Amino acid sequence: MKQFQGRVVTPGQVVAEAVVTREGFNTLASFQTALQFGDKEVKCGDQNNKDLHGKSMLGKALCLPQTIGSTTGGLVLYCACAMEKNPACMLFANHIDSLAAAGAVLADVWVEGVSMPVVDSLGEEFLAYVKDGMKITVGENGLVTVE
Amino acid sequence: MQLTKEQQAILDGEKGETLAKVMKTLVMYGDAFEAEKLVPVTSKYNHLVTSFGLKVMSPVYDLMQQLLDAGVASEQKFSVDPRPLDKNVPANFLQNFVFNKFMYTKQDFYEEQLGKLGLMDSDAFSCTCYMDEVGNKPQKGEILSWAESSAVVYANSVLGARCNRNSGIIDIMGSIVGYVPYFGLLTDEGRKATWVVKVQTTKKPEAQLLGSAIGMKVMEDVPYVVGLDQWIGNELNDAACAYLKDFGAATASNGAVGLYHIANLTPEAVELGESLIAEGAKEYIIDDAELARVQAEYPVIWKDPDATPKLCFVGCPHLSLEQLKDWTDKIEASLAEHGKKKVTIPTVFTAAPKVLEAFGKTEYAERLKATGVITSYICPLMYMNNPLCKKMPVITSSNKLRTYTTARYYTDAEILQTITGGKKA
Repeated sequence: MKQFQGRVVTPGQVVAEAVVTREGFNTLASFQTALQFGDKEVKCGDQNNKDLHGKSMLGKALCLPQTIGSTTGGLVLYCACAMEKNPACMLFANHIDSLAAAGAVLADVWVEGVSMPVVDSLGEEFLAYVKDGMKITVGENGLVTVE
Repeated sequence: MQLTKEQQAILDGEKGETLAKVMKTLVMYGDAFEAEKLVPVTSKYNHLVTSFGLKVMSPVYDLMQQLLDAGVASEQKFSVDPRPLDKNVPANFLQNFVFNKFMYTKQDFYEEQLGKLGLMDSDAFSCTCYMDEVGNKPQKGEILSWAESSAVVYANSVLGARCNRNSGIIDIMGSIVGYVPYFGLLTDEGRKATWVVKVQTTKKPEAQLLGSAIGMKVMEDVPYVVGLDQWIGNELNDAACAYLKDFGAATASNGAVGLYHIANLTPEAVELGESLIAEGAKEYIIDDAELARVQAEYPVIWKDPDATPKLCFVGCPHLSLEQLKDWTDKIEASLAEHGKKKVTIPTVFTAAPKVLEAFGKTEYAERLKATGVITSYICPLMYMNNPLCKKMPVITSSNKLRTYTTARYYTDAEILQTITGGKKA
């Protein structure tokens, strides 16, 4: 068990199972097929992401360095939250990028009743330690426990 | 974040609940980057990324309707990304059924919303809004609230405007309140290069392959590229701008680049030179072998990797007028070389409606049409974004299209050979 202190981008507490990408997370490529064609498991559709392709993201603790790709990224994340197809939380090793920040903020301000805590700046060690299937606990203050 | 009295009043709801939520969104967005203030948007026009009326994106249209109902539309008019549908583009009965009856059922509704929100005109649909023919070309130093990764990286790098990689929806919100948070690529510090990329190839590197390699390496950092000017010159003429358009789109989609500097070519690199390079910048050397490695590692995801291509897309991002002319010359010459009259694979060239209109007034238009190439204003990415197209072997010279769809990437030269009856790609 290890704990990592990050910075709270959007607040909340949650316990969820980790899914991990060590490559940049392309939000559009990852979500587009699942959202568009009603994939109940919300499997990652990004063929370029060897870590995540084909894995369910719904209700998981999505651990990533940052997001990349199209500037639809934020609105895709916002739609995922509005449609309740979002990860339980998003945990960034790096400082959050502008697209992910937009998605997290849009969901926080404009979607009623959806909580997706987002914590960033958890450090490279976090991403080196966390593995798929590990139990993640996100505290209100940005403390992330991995076990 | 320090707000002015006017900004604080908006946040406090003095101009209505909806505008307060818009301001709250921008303040929270800025807070995520420790932005100290909001700064005025100074460009004449905005550019939005969301052009498609996808049924599944109804939360977006609901939000837009909230803005309209509250009467908070922007005073700044805008262009928007390309339309997802065009009947000129080949599609079978089933595809047309899925496009029109299942996927894009909100298209007309959303375009009506865009009109009310401030669309420049009914033809202002292109990812290359900065083309002269389209007319949304910001000046150096102007502050933008744009989205569309390829347009943002072009505006920052080639035009010297200042814009963060804003997401869709954030784009229009900045325009509505007239302010954006001051961080990242809006600041002098954020525009410094943290990578030096040395181009050491033995021939002119393919724009979209070079951009892909750099994007995947530097991710969201700013690269300072040395050695490229020997291949594309030190003048921002039509050819260099078209090259940088394609290069930038690949850096932005294969990575998350929002700004690059090309030594001796792009405006800030010319003005400030190597003083743009941050202390401790990392180095990436690109030679022929590195480009070959990058291309060889693209996954092949066709069911039958040896399938004969059924469709070819060129123009993601949209082609310039000069690119359309150049392709026309090359296709004619290659067809003649192979003893053919028409392209052997259905081929679609995409460009902005107003670029196509200008192209239509040149003698090249009839010549290109005679080769069998179809021109369209469509967004190839949106066209291919469905399970039916996933099963189609589509080829492209766009690394952006490759990234988001099952289309297979080839260089421009390989595409030319393939569509004109030369060797099979």
